[in-house]
Amino acid sequence: MLAAIGVGSLDELFAEIPESVRLRRELDLPPGMSEQDVFEHLSELAARNRHADEEVTFVGAGAYDHYVPALVDAIASRSEFLTPYTPYQPEISQGGLQVMFEFQTAISELTGLPVANASMYDGPSSVASAGYLAKLETGRARFVISRGVHPHSRQALRTYSLGFAAEVVETPLDERGATDLDALAAAVDGDTAAVFLQQPNFLGTVEDLGPLAEAAKRTGALLVCSVDPMTLGVLRPPGDYGVDVAVGEGQPLGNRLDFGGPSFGFYAAQERFIRRMPGRIAGETVDAEGRRGFVLTLQTREQHIRRERATHNICTSQALNALMGVVYLAWLGRRGIVEIGELMLRRTHYARTALGLEPINPGPVVREFAVRVPDLDAFFERARANGINPGYRLGRDYPEYADGLLVAITERRTRAQIDALASLVARQEVHA
Amino acid sequence: MSGRTAVPREPTLTIYERSREGRRAFTPPRLDVPETPIEELLPHDAIRREPPALPEVSEPEIVRHYNNLSRKNFDLDTGFYPLGSCTMKHNPKLNERVAALPGHARLHPLQDPEYAQGALELMWNLERALSEISGLPHVSLQPSAGSHGELAGLLLTRAYHEDRGERRHKVLTPDTAHGTNPATVTMAGYEVVKVGTAPDGGVDLDDLRAKASDDVACLMLTNPNTLGLFDRNIEEIARIVHDVGGTLYYDGANLNAVMGISRPGDMGFDIVHFNLHKTFTQPHGGGGPGAGPIAVSDRIEPYLPCPRVVRREPANGKDAPRFDLEYACPKSIGRLRGFHGNFGVFVRAYAYIRSVGGDGLRDVSETAVLNANYLRALLAEEPIAEYLPIAFDRTCMHEFVLSGRGAREKLGIKTLDIAKRMLDHRVHPPTVYFPLLVDEALMIEPTETETKETLDRFAEIVREILEEAKEDPEIARNAPYSTPVRRLDEARAARQPIVRQPRQPGSGAER
Repeated sequence: MLAAIGVGSLDELFAEIPESVRLRRELDLPPGMSEQDVFEHLSELAARNRHADEEVTFVGAGAYDHYVPALVDAIASRSEFLTPYTPYQPEISQGGLQVMFEFQTAISELTGLPVANASMYDGPSSVASAGYLAKLETGRARFVISRGVHPHSRQALRTYSLGFAAEVVETPLDERGATDLDALAAAVDGDTAAVFLQQPNFLGTVEDLGPLAEAAKRTGALLVCSVDPMTLGVLRPPGDYGVDVAVGEGQPLGNRLDFGGPSFGFYAAQERFIRRMPGRIAGETVDAEGRRGFVLTLQTREQHIRRERATHNICTSQALNALMGVVYLAWLGRRGIVEIGELMLRRTHYARTALGLEPINPGPVVREFAVRVPDLDAFFERARANGINPGYRLGRDYPEYADGLLVAITERRTRAQIDALASLVARQEVHA
Repeated sequence: MSGRTAVPREPTLTIYERSREGRRAFTPPRLDVPETPIEELLPHDAIRREPPALPEVSEPEIVRHYNNLSRKNFDLDTGFYPLGSCTMKHNPKLNERVAALPGHARLHPLQDPEYAQGALELMWNLERALSEISGLPHVSLQPSAGSHGELAGLLLTRAYHEDRGERRHKVLTPDTAHGTNPATVTMAGYEVVKVGTAPDGGVDLDDLRAKASDDVACLMLTNPNTLGLFDRNIEEIARIVHDVGGTLYYDGANLNAVMGISRPGDMGFDIVHFNLHKTFTQPHGGGGPGAGPIAVSDRIEPYLPCPRVVRREPANGKDAPRFDLEYACPKSIGRLRGFHGNFGVFVRAYAYIRSVGGDGLRDVSETAVLNANYLRALLAEEPIAEYLPIAFDRTCMHEFVLSGRGAREKLGIKTLDIAKRMLDHRVHPPTVYFPLLVDEALMIEPTETETKETLDRFAEIVREILEEAKEDPEIARNAPYSTPVRRLDEARAARQPIVRQPRQPGSGAER
């Protein structure tokens, strides 16, 4: 091969690199290993994590222990889905493109909004990206965000806003753990580009979206609502409230916990935003013989065509994870999404009652709720000793709930497991 | 195709069109708590009135539907995929197995660090490896893809300058840059200033000097650049940008050319992103997931995204070190996303790095460059070179760019036609019409995992396509013929966008 190239050695191929920037030593990394040894090494590392099959976990806070059906793994591991890249050549990418189209349909159905893209990185970055759309759309540079929105989403919005030169204003929760309507209404002004809400909010509260939406939209700001897709079989969709952009975290839909990623974000909007939305969008068309087919469309929004005038910089996102999401939704089906939502709803209320602790959000909840635990450290210790991870401590993100515990319920958390958690509360009271 | 033996193709149906009322795959777990009416648990106004029109299909139908769809995809595990700048190298199967270990796949991101020591150590080890490969001391794994890393990099630059009381407004990008670079510049609140390309394919130094000013925040550069050429003047470029107080950002899309050979940190870059889905074998997934970790110099380090993975040495000097997440980062730009990044991608990248090792990474880059130059030499033979001349005739790195100008002028076929005809030969075409400064560009990156025979065969296919076009250019102009669909009407898709399946009669969900 060197002869065909016309050089005498491999090193000659690198003659273009100035000697002063050549690395004339080996990389200081361990030497290569056999497949078997790498497997053993990674297995040893994995064994030092306590995963969700080794304890009963009530931790949610944005990532949930839902059951992933076997067919999701079977389909997502097919090399035809796993190993191609972005479908730049649609004639040989009809499978991936149709999956995107089906995914967009599912997200549109769940959110009640007419258009959706083919995926974002994750939920929080989707929230932040919706801010960019609002800035482009309104020319304003002020965001109002409820403290009921996931702390990671609020932080991502702040980070992105460094670039948008936008101010981020947080509005408080009220004494029932819901977005304070009056405070929100007071914060929204004529400079506000967007208002951000989350349904259910981070504490699990089902927000009263009607009046909030009205207050948010009074001055022409866009309303962005982050939603949990697993609740959309029972909760009214954001589209019903006139939400402009609905975003969310897709992990609950057939994606693994994976220590937080990769999963996917989704992004749905009113029709009028379709030419400013971020991300890939698959559209239906016909081929030269009139046969139905799918292509990436509206690409003049995108960085590879529009460069500095693109409406977002996103390129590679989470296609395979979105595939897992749409396969999962097909598995649940039209009735299953309602049934699983109702099951979570009933178990969540059962759990809140069974625990008998002072609720932070006593109003309606769907799949998660927050309570005050008198001696939280001791409670955690006791729960851990019993193979239970009782929930997420709210203190880091909400100093006002320093003794707060956020408890998540999925279809995997049985009554027996909930009762076991509740019995620890009872025993704690005896000790106290 | 013979009219007598052919049977009509099955119509293309979506999963929604396969839906029939009453069919299902999911069986809900048994209700083990009281069946309280939903109306007692939720306010009337909050209850969804009509279920979303998800399909009603059985498991066998779902499996068959998606398996049939998968067969309409061309994929790397099936054939050659020389898509320039995308590094379509083999994805080792071991990586899928280790990523699926329950200790990884079933680990909650908010697990107490005490019970996630293996995951944090893996992240730490990967950070250290990326630091060594890039020659920059500090790493954040958080960004989710290259473009996310770019956004992080420019926000870091902004934070760095603002911390010094400086406000800068411009970012320089070469005219050969990936589209994500200028798009990121705008999103990060800067103005794009384009820098020209010199006749040798590198940055035009005079143009750079003319545009470098104390209003320049950063120069974003890919080296080797998108022409596959290593910029010989890299040190001078770094000097010019640093002299005006700007940072130098390295787009790591082309890192596969130089691992263990030359390091961005040693070239003078302040910030680097890695594409774990390109260089480090995370499968591309049809457009993700990827990951875009960043490595930075000391002066940028205080601003890195939060939280950081930290290693705490034991007080007694004997126990094993402990790994933790540090949330106190006062100067940090903050978070770019939820949790800690695409951990599953980190597992695969780490498994790859441990498999090939430090010496192996150098072999990877050497072979990638060898393969690219070998294929470049094959395609420089006549008659190919007459129609597809190389854009910049120099030793290339891991990829190179041909111009289809000759084919267009002499054969009347465009680069698009050549690409479409390749589909009938069952290879994926190169990246086409990029970089923009090359007329009718074909950007070819074979990667190190392809054999000489595959490269020989690809050159043969190019020759066959050109020779066929000499006889009859219509064949290429109307290609492809053997794919699940023929050329698609993209203009129509954009003019009248249909981006979701209309609701089905009989879905029980008509409005």
